[in-house]
Amino acid sequence: MSSLPQILFLLVLAAAGFILYKRISYIRKTILLGRPLARNDRPKERWKTMALVAFGQQKMFKRIGPALLHLIIYVSFIVINLEVLEFIIDGLAGTHRIFASALAGFYTLAMNVFELLALGVLISCVAFLVRRNLMNVPRLNSAELKGWPGLDANLILWIEILLMIAILTMNATDQLLAYRGVEGYLPLGGLWISSSIQGLFEGLSSTTLLFLERFAWWFHIIGILGFAIYVTYSKHLHIFLAFPNTWYSNLEPKGKMPNMDVVTQEVKSMLGLAAAPEPTDQAEIGRFGAKDVPDLSWVQIMNAFSCTECGRCTAECPASITGKKLSPRKIMMDTRDRAEEISQSKAAGKQGKDDGKSLLGDYISQEEINACTSCNACVEACPVNIDPLSIILELRRYTSMEESGSPAQWNAMFQNIETSFAPWKFPPTDRFNWASKLNQEEKKPTNNE
Amino acid sequence: MSNTYQVPTMAQKAAAGETPEVLFWVGCAGSFDERYQAVTLAFTKILNKVGINFAVLGEEETCTGDPARRAGNEFLFQMQAISNIQVLDGYRIKKIVTACPHCFNTLKNEYPALGGNYEVMHHSQFLQGLIQEGKIVMKGGGTFKGKRITFHDSCYLGRANDVYEAPRDVIKALDMELVEMKRCRSKGLCCGAGGAQMFKEPEKGNKDINVERTEEALQTGAKTIAVGCPFCLTMMADGVKNKEKEKDVQVLDLAELIAKDQGLSG
Repeated sequence: MSSLPQILFLLVLAAAGFILYKRISYIRKTILLGRPLARNDRPKERWKTMALVAFGQQKMFKRIGPALLHLIIYVSFIVINLEVLEFIIDGLAGTHRIFASALAGFYTLAMNVFELLALGVLISCVAFLVRRNLMNVPRLNSAELKGWPGLDANLILWIEILLMIAILTMNATDQLLAYRGVEGYLPLGGLWISSSIQGLFEGLSSTTLLFLERFAWWFHIIGILGFAIYVTYSKHLHIFLAFPNTWYSNLEPKGKMPNMDVVTQEVKSMLGLAAAPEPTDQAEIGRFGAKDVPDLSWVQIMNAFSCTECGRCTAECPASITGKKLSPRKIMMDTRDRAEEISQSKAAGKQGKDDGKSLLGDYISQEEINACTSCNACVEACPVNIDPLSIILELRRYTSMEESGSPAQWNAMFQNIETSFAPWKFPPTDRFNWASKLNQEEKKPTNNE
Repeated sequence: MSNTYQVPTMAQKAAAGETPEVLFWVGCAGSFDERYQAVTLAFTKILNKVGINFAVLGEEETCTGDPARRAGNEFLFQMQAISNIQVLDGYRIKKIVTACPHCFNTLKNEYPALGGNYEVMHHSQFLQGLIQEGKIVMKGGGTFKGKRITFHDSCYLGRANDVYEAPRDVIKALDMELVEMKRCRSKGLCCGAGGAQMFKEPEKGNKDINVERTEEALQTGAKTIAVGCPFCLTMMADGVKNKEKEKDVQVLDLAELIAKDQGLSG
């Protein structure tokens, strides 16, 4: 037998590996544009969160229908990829179904399970295509999905459908060849699902079948490798990033905002509680809050790369529900787009973040961040524990502290707190006046003094 | 037994050499907002009736800084927080109860990073404790028995701090029929006032959030909408007015419900 297919396979594998390596380094670099943030505490709780939320899909099950369809695709993805191992060994060694003879009956059982899952994926993907394109699910039809994001979502489903058709075609033709006694093909003793489509191929000559079987094999493995590369450009990165993203979840109560220690130093010195901060420290402070992606933490940028654009956040957002401009999903999409813009510009030797653009202003508007009620509905809704609120609050910090650009009514509220120690303009000496009402109403009925 | 209710201040307690068991943090809304003053009064009466050794800060209390922080003004937040911590620590306060989820969240979660460590309870948790200990025995019957009530989860109590059961336990003790809204507990819809929205006009949209939420509350058929937050109270009461239902439907805080049950309100 010629070793040409083996050499070709090795080249394809090496090329895919190289491209993937480049893509992964690029994504890593882009995520690390963010500020450092130490989030390694409580490892036990982190492994548990990852196991429940990413591996166990806990938060998906708030909506049972999509959750089940998604679960089928997810389980199949993990299980069918076991077969990729055999593909790679066969491709490199020039063997065919190398595990079949060793595993015998178990191999047939495994193939049947794979086929069943493949059918499940086919059905789920068709259901998702119908849901996305024909049913009027508001979160799947928002303005922010126009263009590439919407196309991306559909492409993934079509690619998965084609990959599954390839697997079933391969098995059907493979078994026909085996029954005809063609050399190298082993009868596996009954593959239920692919045998049901064998009728389509029965009339074909063995040569054509051989071509079809090989074509389906190559299509599937190149498809899988291509898909792995495609995913790095797509919203579909969550299949890998959901795991680190949930591991690095915020484990504090959702209502807690992180303290800005640089501010504490200054406030304490202003109140005479500590010495003024060293001038050398001040040089390192940089910006208060976030104006652009590099002002965010690396976890926030990883959040953006983990986002599947499912829109559960936006569907739960009170501002979005009532027609305001804010959409938490768009906050995440904008963050990723801007992060990639900076990273690509840097890689091309251009200005990077100093290109005159910024996340706040060019991507996200004041109107959007001003509409947020900080209610945490988006954070609660996210199936992979993304925290859009933390980004919004950092943008607000920049607006208030660096630009004094908060809405006028907020500036008035700040002034009230500064002068009257309450957000409303009441004299502080009136604060305890309520106590005088305590016994007023009671005196009439119980007037026994 | 005296029929007059007492509200001692920390300063008075300290002067008398006493240490109260708990500080009642009234909050700005509880102090200044006329409607929420009624909640402050109701809770104070309950504390009196049960015989809790408590005190308030009176004029020494100032804004926790929550709205400033949510609006992005970290400097102002920390000025408030650090000053408040000085006062609280000056009185050696260990335990705080407040009827405002925003104060609750800030005191409990955000003051520790600035050196202020206290045991902080929301009044729903405090009331739940009193009911469980048998210190408040509901009269039941009376005005509430069997009546429909719905509870609006405050974001800063619910999602922000995972407190969902305490307010519901209080309502259940009243022997009322609790009807949940479709969006409740962790899926509860915000009233629209959090994140410093209370202090500005809403951004442009096609509906006000409080109206959306009030419609949902009214759909339950409940004539009482219970809340546990001053901002929610304002927003839901405004929503009820917007729907012209203020004659049929009342928005009440948990402390007011208990005070009414106990015959403590005027």
